[in-house]
Amino acid sequence: MNVAVVTFPGSNCDDDCHYVCRSVFGATTIQVWHKEKSLPSGVDVVILPGGFSYGDYLRTGALARFSPIMEDVVRFAGRGGTVLGICNGFQILCEAGLLPGALIRNQSLRFICESVPVRVETTESQLTSALEKGRVLHIPIAHMDGNYFAKEDTVRGLEDSDQVLLRYCTSEGEVSDASNPNGSCANIAGIMNSGRNVFGMMPHPERASETPLSSIDGRELLAGLLGGSL
Amino acid sequence: MKAKIIVMPRAEVLDPQGEAVRQGLASLGYDGVRHVRVGRYVELELDSTEDMTASATVQRMCEQLLANEVIEDFEFSVES
Repeated sequence: MNVAVVTFPGSNCDDDCHYVCRSVFGATTIQVWHKEKSLPSGVDVVILPGGFSYGDYLRTGALARFSPIMEDVVRFAGRGGTVLGICNGFQILCEAGLLPGALIRNQSLRFICESVPVRVETTESQLTSALEKGRVLHIPIAHMDGNYFAKEDTVRGLEDSDQVLLRYCTSEGEVSDASNPNGSCANIAGIMNSGRNVFGMMPHPERASETPLSSIDGRELLAGLLGGSL
Repeated sequence: MKAKIIVMPRAEVLDPQGEAVRQGLASLGYDGVRHVRVGRYVELELDSTEDMTASATVQRMCEQLLANEVIEDFEFSVES
């Protein structure tokens, strides 16, 4: 398993992703600077990590989307390659048009940093194929702009074609306004593209991958992608 | 030439910043403010000297980068 973790100027979860891929999953992991024009050959999974690429100037992810490496990330995704965007990575994937919708300012206008329950909405994805539908995972979020927005018909399209990965919920798995931390449409916390090879999520699975970090639920998502025994 | 661009959240997109500003104004005693929307204003200076070329260029700039049409609308004017 070969993983490339892209570092943009302002990424701050790149080392965490690199560490978890390498140390928890034993994957060969390469950090790729955003100015590179191509991904290393033989890469199986590309991770766009969290952070504040380009200082969130203009809109979150708007400038990172034009980093030189992104052309090859788009090509890689187009060939069916697996891409995971976490937090700022999700924002970048939306700006790049690899995922539908956009992430806007949290409804509360506050930066939210807490562990939240999210419900597994589908098992038809590499990330969740080993989990049960409806399973509640506890994974941290840490964002100012995590309010998922898409037009009504786009959201309906995502739901109809089973592209919603995770929704914010209560600890009991109930999806409600009260369990929506940031105002996201339909409580959406993570989605995938129609090809089911590009994934975006606001929760940080890499921050919930080892026992000292209070939850290892994130590891179960990453295990689907990176393989290896739990 | 100078381009003046206004980018606003689309009508159907909730604008929490606008709502926070409305509440701030209300707490200052401005009760009559029914609705606030907060957008972005961008000024560009262009080498181009032709209105048509400049307009077409600014249109593309807006579509590609300055606005995200999923969540924002834009309008602009070009003047020498």
